[in-house]
Amino acid sequence: MFAEKVFVVASLVAVVSALGMLISRSPVRSALWLILTLFCVAGLYLTLSAEFIAVVQILVYAGAIMVLFLFVIMLLNLGALPNLERVDFKKGVGFVLGVAILAQLVFLGATAVGDFPAAASDPEATGAATAIAKELFTRYALPFEMIGILLLVATIGAVMLAKHRFE
Amino acid sequence: MDLDLLTVLIVLLPLVGAVLTGLVPLFLRSFRAHKGLLGAVGTLVVAIPFGLAAWIFVQGGSQTHVTSLYTWMAAGDFSVSITYRIDQLSIIMTLVVTGVGALIHLYAVGYMYSDRCFWKFFAYLNLFIFMMLNLVLADNLLVLFLGWEGVGLCSYLLIGFWYEKHKNSVAASKAFIVNRVGDFAFLLAMFILVKELGSLDFGAIFSGMESLSAGSVTAVVLLLFIGATGKSAQIPLFVWLPDAMAGPTPVSALIHAATMVTSGLYLLARLSPLVLMAPGVMMLIAIVGAATALVAATIALTQQDIKRVLAYSTVSQLGYMFMAAGVGAFFVAVFHVVTHAFFKACLFLGSGSVIHGMHHVELELRREGYEGDFDAQDMRYMGGLKKYMPITRWTYLLSTFAIAGIPFTAGFFSKDEILFKAFEFGFDGHTYAWIVWAVGIATALLTAFYMTRSYMLTFEGSSRWPKPSNLHPHESPWSMTLPLILLGALSLVGGFIGLPKVAEEFGLHNWIHGFLVGYEGRAGPVAEPEMHAHVSLWLESALIALGALIAVIGVVWAWRFFARHELGGDELIRGRFGALYQWCRTSYYWDRLYDRSIVRPVIGGAEKVFAPFDQRIVDGLVNAIARIMQAFSWLFGRLQTGIVQNYALAIVLGVVLILALMAF
Amino acid sequence: MGVPLSWYLTLSAVLFSIGVTGVLFRSNLIVILMSVELMLNAVNLTLIAFSQYMGDVSGQILVFFVMAVAAAEAAIGLAIVIAIFRNKLTVDINNINLFRH
Repeated sequence: MFAEKVFVVASLVAVVSALGMLISRSPVRSALWLILTLFCVAGLYLTLSAEFIAVVQILVYAGAIMVLFLFVIMLLNLGALPNLERVDFKKGVGFVLGVAILAQLVFLGATAVGDFPAAASDPEATGAATAIAKELFTRYALPFEMIGILLLVATIGAVMLAKHRFE
Repeated sequence: MDLDLLTVLIVLLPLVGAVLTGLVPLFLRSFRAHKGLLGAVGTLVVAIPFGLAAWIFVQGGSQTHVTSLYTWMAAGDFSVSITYRIDQLSIIMTLVVTGVGALIHLYAVGYMYSDRCFWKFFAYLNLFIFMMLNLVLADNLLVLFLGWEGVGLCSYLLIGFWYEKHKNSVAASKAFIVNRVGDFAFLLAMFILVKELGSLDFGAIFSGMESLSAGSVTAVVLLLFIGATGKSAQIPLFVWLPDAMAGPTPVSALIHAATMVTSGLYLLARLSPLVLMAPGVMMLIAIVGAATALVAATIALTQQDIKRVLAYSTVSQLGYMFMAAGVGAFFVAVFHVVTHAFFKACLFLGSGSVIHGMHHVELELRREGYEGDFDAQDMRYMGGLKKYMPITRWTYLLSTFAIAGIPFTAGFFSKDEILFKAFEFGFDGHTYAWIVWAVGIATALLTAFYMTRSYMLTFEGSSRWPKPSNLHPHESPWSMTLPLILLGALSLVGGFIGLPKVAEEFGLHNWIHGFLVGYEGRAGPVAEPEMHAHVSLWLESALIALGALIAVIGVVWAWRFFARHELGGDELIRGRFGALYQWCRTSYYWDRLYDRSIVRPVIGGAEKVFAPFDQRIVDGLVNAIARIMQAFSWLFGRLQTGIVQNYALAIVLGVVLILALMAF
Repeated sequence: MGVPLSWYLTLSAVLFSIGVTGVLFRSNLIVILMSVELMLNAVNLTLIAFSQYMGDVSGQILVFFVMAVAAAEAAIGLAIVIAIFRNKLTVDINNINLFRH
């Protein structure tokens, strides 16, 4: 099956690049690894027939957010900082906790696997831009407007924060 | 109209008025200057309930109607609701409270017009009316107690209205504290009723009282009576009322003469079926009432402050009402409450009018550079005012006649009915009633004498203030004289609602008796004892004639005596009675007794015991708690490392634990 | 769709855990922010998967909103990073403890 092959490839690449983000010493490399992960997730959205979200994923995450990250990294010239990190007790606890969460999530998923819904009859219908748009501008019109205001506020806040030096 | 709605309106309108005249100017300072508007609102919110009450009264005041608003509190089997009861007793009290109240509000517009805190005065007065209506309309003891405490609070606020003078604040505190003694007894009575009957509703009390043991009935009635002595200024708790005259005169008229002080009596009348079950306490009530009436009358004879004369006269008249209650004639007590509200309010307002005028004289004198002693309330500086204040003079004279019991005025009917009932009760085999009756007759003579004395010293004779030839007081404005005229008229005719039994010969009957006690099989809210012996008609006529004679003798005697001697009359009396006069003058040293026996030991003891207790134990406890908090905050402060990752670690740890809980 | 739902959920769990580890493990503020973005993506993946399997479009709209919030969060977060960097010349989270008691 084509979709399964795509899933296997994309998920492997996503996990590997996420780990790459985690262990890269340079922030720039971390960012690049993350972009690769995000692309893979977009590919996974495609295997789920969610084309609209996949496109938005690439446009917003890869295109906008990650560019912003890279831009800031370069602005602050962080690549030049010494970033050898010490592994101390706290980091050890953090690693253990991360593994614990993974184990718990998998365990919970495995116990609930019988309750999962079977595949819907027509995933194309829900993934299409028209279906999303219809819901977004009718039932979710108010939250949609609120998100617009939130973004405006965030923009103003970001400008104000970055404009002056902290006193 | 809907009776529920009317009841709610009657009760709540004064509260609305208190909010409008109190809270609004409190926050919007510009409103404080609109005195005419504030006064009009304050008066209307009392006048409208009067209209509504009168409408109920005319339409069907003889029906009992209970309005339940909501459940105030409920605990297990015990629950108390905000419930109001309209019946004959409460409607008549409502009419008095709102009617006299509205007139006094109108009067206060003129009297208080130049006061800086005009708005606050009306807010307090309206709040008082609201509380008083709660008291008289309540259908259970707790709502009644709410009003009871509320009027106490308003009384405190209004006595200390001019709190810049230390004397006034002290008087306010005294009134409040003395009242607390009575309130405490009232509370105990309610506790017993809750324990024995499990309810405070009047209906439940009356239906369950048969099952009470004689001991608990006596205890309840005795405690209620002690509560009533506090509010209604009877021996031994009467000491606060004369000092309460520190408040503005409309307050004295409304609260300390016409309405609030009668609430103790209202309480006894409301619970009259229960009171009748405790004959021992009734005897105590009658004796205390008689003693109070006599003691206060003798003190009133010696006072020189016009308001203090009226204050002691109020105490004395309240004593009369308790005499009536003590001989089981509760309806007569209520009758006297009504007539007393008319003539005593008129007297107080008249004295206020005089003080208003004398205050004007004082201001003029001070402006001309007069340095000597002057007191606008002291009768020694008055005299001959009838030329300058004719309306005040005539109304004052009229109500003096009424309180003295000159035939066919209001006081004549109610006072004679009290004396007659005492006599009748004695005739029925209760010996103590004879004593009460005799004391009542003596007091009636004294009353006629000292009230005429106050009239003569104020309005007749020569003017005794400095420079009487070139300055004199003026008559008060119409907003003050109109209530005087109306109340004066009521003092004249108000007594006809309670005609004596003799009138039955002429086809007339005692309306208030039928209204309150019931007639032709219809039971009213006020009970009366069964009489076995009947006083014959000629004896009753003779008693009435005796009462009238006593009043006339007192008035004429005092009139002639003070017309001849004026101020010297007091000296003559002092010369005749010597130490006894001094004894009365100082209120039987009652205040000094309380000061030595209670106030000082308590304060001294408190200093010895509680000051160290406060410093060592209370402060120590507080400091210990503070130190424990400090230790904890130091401990938790250590967690605030400021490093975000540590916080994130804590959050994730929490997530792991919660997931673990979900998984297992 | 041949791929079972559980596969997506497992992958999502793995990515989420990597994100959590990143937040707790790294001391570079910017990388921590990136790890948060990764966690958001992992959650988005589950939302899309459930949405498609249940035939309910609401999940995708939620993802849409999450993305918008993520964008806002990234903008503000990075602005704060810039402000802190200007002040302290570092983005090492261990050196930033202004809220220390």
